Amino acid sequence: MSEDAQLATQKTVDFRGGGFAPQSKKWVGFIVFVLLIGLAELGTRTGFITSLTLPKPSDVFATFVDLWQSGLLWKHLIPSVSRLVIGAAIGASVGIGVGVLIGLFSLVRAGLVPLVAAIFPIPKIALLPLFVIWFGIDEPSKYALIAFGTFTPTVVATYGAVDNVDRSLIRMGQSFSLSWFSIVTKIVLPGAMPGILSGLRVSLAIAIILLVAAEMLGAEYGIGAYILEAGSLYDLERLFVGVTILSILGVSVSAVIGLFENRLLDWRT
Amino acid sequence: MDLRLEGIGHHYGDMEIMQGIDLEIPAGKIICVVGPSGCGKSTLLRLIGGLERPSTGRVVQVGEPPIDSINPLTYIFQDFALLPWRTVEGNISLVLEDHGIRGAKAEKIISDVLARTKLTDFRKALPKQLSGGMKQRVAISRALAVKPAVMLMDEPLSALDSQTRELLMDDLVGLWTREPFTAVYVTHNLNEAVRLGHSIVVLSRRPGRIREVVDVTMSLADRELGDPELERQQKHLWNLMRDEAVAADKELLNV
Repeated sequence: MSEDAQLATQKTVDFRGGGFAPQSKKWVGFIVFVLLIGLAELGTRTGFITSLTLPKPSDVFATFVDLWQSGLLWKHLIPSVSRLVIGAAIGASVGIGVGVLIGLFSLVRAGLVPLVAAIFPIPKIALLPLFVIWFGIDEPSKYALIAFGTFTPTVVATYGAVDNVDRSLIRMGQSFSLSWFSIVTKIVLPGAMPGILSGLRVSLAIAIILLVAAEMLGAEYGIGAYILEAGSLYDLERLFVGVTILSILGVSVSAVIGLFENRLLDWRT
Repeated sequence: MDLRLEGIGHHYGDMEIMQGIDLEIPAGKIICVVGPSGCGKSTLLRLIGGLERPSTGRVVQVGEPPIDSINPLTYIFQDFALLPWRTVEGNISLVLEDHGIRGAKAEKIISDVLARTKLTDFRKALPKQLSGGMKQRVAISRALAVKPAVMLMDEPLSALDSQTRELLMDDLVGLWTREPFTAVYVTHNLNEAVRLGHSIVVLSRRPGRIREVVDVTMSLADRELGDPELERQQKHLWNLMRDEAVAADKELLNV
């Protein structure tokens, strides 16, 4: 080798590592949106897509501007957002509470995990008539539906997160004679926070789905009522405005949770 | 305060972990416990500090711990066990808060222990920013903060590289020389044992029994890397353990 080294062919070793490491590329998602909407606009303008198949994005936008200028947007949005906030707050806080109890006490776990598993797959929308009977046609039945729908995924995410808290940290707490309450509030809860927050992302998306369902029955104002009305008239422009508002709502909720994660979980590596 | 182990035995289900362990832990001395893997060294330490209940025998506390001792039996863990969401000072105040020590009093203790472990500049750092050696220094200062009567050290240097281990051994010797503390120091590293132990307890493989107690008389401060007397002691320990270690290595695990 040593004598031939001068004569032998030389070649850089091929690179074959890299990849499999997600990086943040902020604008790509935005470009995908713009591209899709642009394609739809182009298709509808040229007549390649008939106006019966898909409304023109520019018409949808004009309808949205109308809705905004007439002041009806806030009339629909404010009740919807308040239903979402109240319903999801009840569901998530009860869910986190029950989830922590399941995570901490074997008896509660044995009693409630099968129950949660039993109510998780029930389509909550099917229970709306029942909630109307129990809580009346007004706001409380809507809160109940959203709360119930948020509750189950939050419970499952929370007790999973509590189970995953590093046991060696809990042993450490005991070895320094910390009280049970301190161990729960200073070690278990902060340790479970990443899991609880990522569970909330799922729960709150479900809450938005249920919000629309709840408003389809006995609501005068609300995004759901707006969509239902547009749908029954086959007014596709307004239907799409409603759906877009829901999407924006979903993205905003997800952004708020992202903000919380950045603030609360900056200790993560 | 001394500790005395009286006929400690322990088993998980049918498996005997250790048997008939009698040991004196005198105040102001570092007792090292060595033995082949699976001999129950770490279990023994958990029994001493009351994190686990022995199947037979008992751990006796002889005399009262000093009045200013906040947590008489205090552990230092191999994996540091720092809360990743608290800063260095937050991790130390964690163990003081629960004993009603807050404000200026806590502040004084924290500054003192951070100075003793050379961590003053890292007070506001989060664990993720620290190297392994620094993390263990934080854990040591957290233990010092509660003024333990006995420190229970579970392979404290095993997760560190060999250079950092040397540095931390010097630190521990320095801490002991300035203010002698009592410690039970579990390790599988014979070099650490001869450098830090006033006496070294050799356990047999499972079920763990005390095979021999080796006293090292040289003062801690004089023990240096590569000292011939220490080398001899270390070799003696290895000869005691060698066959057991080979046998333990070949054992099938069915836990």
